Amino acid sequence: MKIIFILLFYSFFNFNFVKANLAYITNEKDNTVSVIDIKKKKVIKTVKVGQRPRGIIMSNDGKLVLICASDDDRVEVRDAETLKLKYHLPSGPDPELFILSPENDILYIANEDDAMVTVVDMNDKMIIDDIPVGVEPEGMGLTNNGKVLVNTSETTNMAHFINTDTLEITENVLVDARPRVAMFTPDNKEVWVSAEIGGTVKVISPSNHEVTHTIGFEIPGVNEESIQPVGVRHTDDGKYTFVALGPANRIAVIDQKTKKVIKYLLVGQRVWQLAFTPDQKTLLSTNGVSNDVSIINVDKLKVEKSVKVGRFPWGVVISPN
Amino acid sequence: MRAKFFLIISFCIIFSISSIVETRELSIQQLEERKKADLERKKAREKRGKKNFQKKISITTDVVFISKEREVPPVLSNLDPILEDEGFYGVKLAIEDNLTTGRFLGHDYKAEFHRVLLDEDIGIEFKKLMKKGKKFFVVDFNHNELLSLMKIPGIEEVLIFNTRAKSDSLRNEECRKNFFHIAPSYSILSDALTQYLVKKKWKKWFLVTGPKKNDRLYADALKKSAKKFNIKIKDQKTWDFTSDLRRTAGKEVPIFTKTSNYDVLVVADEAGEFGEYLAYRTWDPRPVVGTQGLKPNSWHRTHEQWGATQMQNRFRRESGRWMTEVDYHSWTAVRAIGESITRTNSNNVRDVQEYMLGDKFGLGAYKGVKVSFRSWNGQLRQPVLLAAPRSMVSVSPQDGYIHPVSELDTLGKDRPESSCKF
Repeated sequence: MKIIFILLFYSFFNFNFVKANLAYITNEKDNTVSVIDIKKKKVIKTVKVGQRPRGIIMSNDGKLVLICASDDDRVEVRDAETLKLKYHLPSGPDPELFILSPENDILYIANEDDAMVTVVDMNDKMIIDDIPVGVEPEGMGLTNNGKVLVNTSETTNMAHFINTDTLEITENVLVDARPRVAMFTPDNKEVWVSAEIGGTVKVISPSNHEVTHTIGFEIPGVNEESIQPVGVRHTDDGKYTFVALGPANRIAVIDQKTKKVIKYLLVGQRVWQLAFTPDQKTLLSTNGVSNDVSIINVDKLKVEKSVKVGRFPWGVVISPN
Repeated sequence: MRAKFFLIISFCIIFSISSIVETRELSIQQLEERKKADLERKKAREKRGKKNFQKKISITTDVVFISKEREVPPVLSNLDPILEDEGFYGVKLAIEDNLTTGRFLGHDYKAEFHRVLLDEDIGIEFKKLMKKGKKFFVVDFNHNELLSLMKIPGIEEVLIFNTRAKSDSLRNEECRKNFFHIAPSYSILSDALTQYLVKKKWKKWFLVTGPKKNDRLYADALKKSAKKFNIKIKDQKTWDFTSDLRRTAGKEVPIFTKTSNYDVLVVADEAGEFGEYLAYRTWDPRPVVGTQGLKPNSWHRTHEQWGATQMQNRFRRESGRWMTEVDYHSWTAVRAIGESITRTNSNNVRDVQEYMLGDKFGLGAYKGVKVSFRSWNGQLRQPVLLAAPRSMVSVSPQDGYIHPVSELDTLGKDRPESSCKF
């Protein structure tokens, strides 16, 4: 009798504390966030949020979810567990993508329609500065130490390097047309910038601001114009880089060192943003037109499942714990 | 000086903050509120006393926009205002975009706006501007006016960007290497429409052509498209009613459209003199497409994909009206100039011209794919929007029309068909 009781108690205990990784997906046209249990590969919750949700990130501790509500001109901060709105952050008009400093004290927001990067103090919840950048800023990349911010501007076609101490632009590098995402490699020695209309990914060395590689894509049977690189993710072991190719409906797997494309993974339609699970064994992609999320096995480089979400899934973030 | 310049505005290198706008279309009142918020934000920034990033200016480029005053024809519709400023705001916004990039590279852009009055001669006015050393001209001229430009001595030393004339001959036998055509040709528009009608299997046409020269040119292009895509033109008629049918269309149109069996009525009425009367009044219940009804356009107020809403709102905030095709073409022309100068780091006419006609040129122009120039005739290759007055129906090229170089080249005259020789 006693033994059974203890066993039961133990399993209960365990059940409560093994947390599955959750993925949060913003559905741009539905004004909702879908929550996916990655283990079960299922949507477990759908929550109404502000208008036109796009960029989505989480705090380091996994307690807060931040959402760019583009048409509400503000950032929503929600409790990760309940997804209840905690408070709003001012963001400047039309926030699209953003990034948190490593200490989670500063939020850098790209204001698409305002040609600005807005800098928000997370503790005081107020704007401390805004930095004029090129037209239609979007991509935001930050070094591990948070010292260098790279912002891309879609119409100006530049990667702007910003010193986060002075909040001033130090250098501007021309890239190909409509740059969408900037992502530093784990060693911070390179920043990769995807150009949606240009159809390329440029690799820039942050030390001398020179373009060291231009990666192009060729897929048999897919015309050049529909190859539109957007989301970029590097594995921490320096092995792979994944690039979402938009209406080409594929994710390119690139050898991070040689910059050669190894493989193309067929996913849903108009694939834009990507996110890893913390162990980097699983990659998720948002497929805007087919309204689903593809779940990819990173070791096998295989698409395992697609999960239906809301209309026009845009951003994705995965809980860190 | 004989020429009266209706507007001369120069933009200096002062960076003007671009607009605060939303995805959803805003009312004029909301636009005003936005403007106010924008100013407040600017003031707050100035208070903080930080300077914009600014590289020393190394290249200054003058762009001239020039249009011609024309006699206004009587219009069928009382709905649309007659615009006298078409092109102006397109250039203005594009100059702002160019300046934003230029600020980081040390490139300055200025724009001048001129209008040739009714009693003035285009050639004389144009020569004056060329004498002043202007090199880049965005022109809102018709076919004949462009032909008269070609006769000016030394014209090959400047670049001309055509924002209005759609005649195919300008892109073929009359082509010039320094004349770039932003406006789609009649054959591009007719192919774009035809591809869609083929997809719908509406392959029996009744073609109605207006009395004007442009109507005939459009109808010729439609006939060529019909041949290319295996369409049967069951009947064709020319509209030659001279009276205003505002009150009598209900009686006239059914009789006019009583003809052999067809799927769709295709109308070529560029000036909009009668096309609007046709829909809902045909003998048989048939849709109307062409210059009225479902219309192929380079830009349309219903266009909202691929960031177009951002452009629509920026434009409306600036001008208080919707962006027209000529506005869009003017924007694209000035952006193309800016893009070439940015990439070549030179504003030499030959450098810009070579770059534009080369394979490397590509511009994001809110159409989902990059737009570029056909190296054989200087025509901008671009997707075409098929729109009804209040809804975007489709975008051509349609799926399945494939091409070894660019699917956009399935629209209009491809390299082997072009008679243009530079």
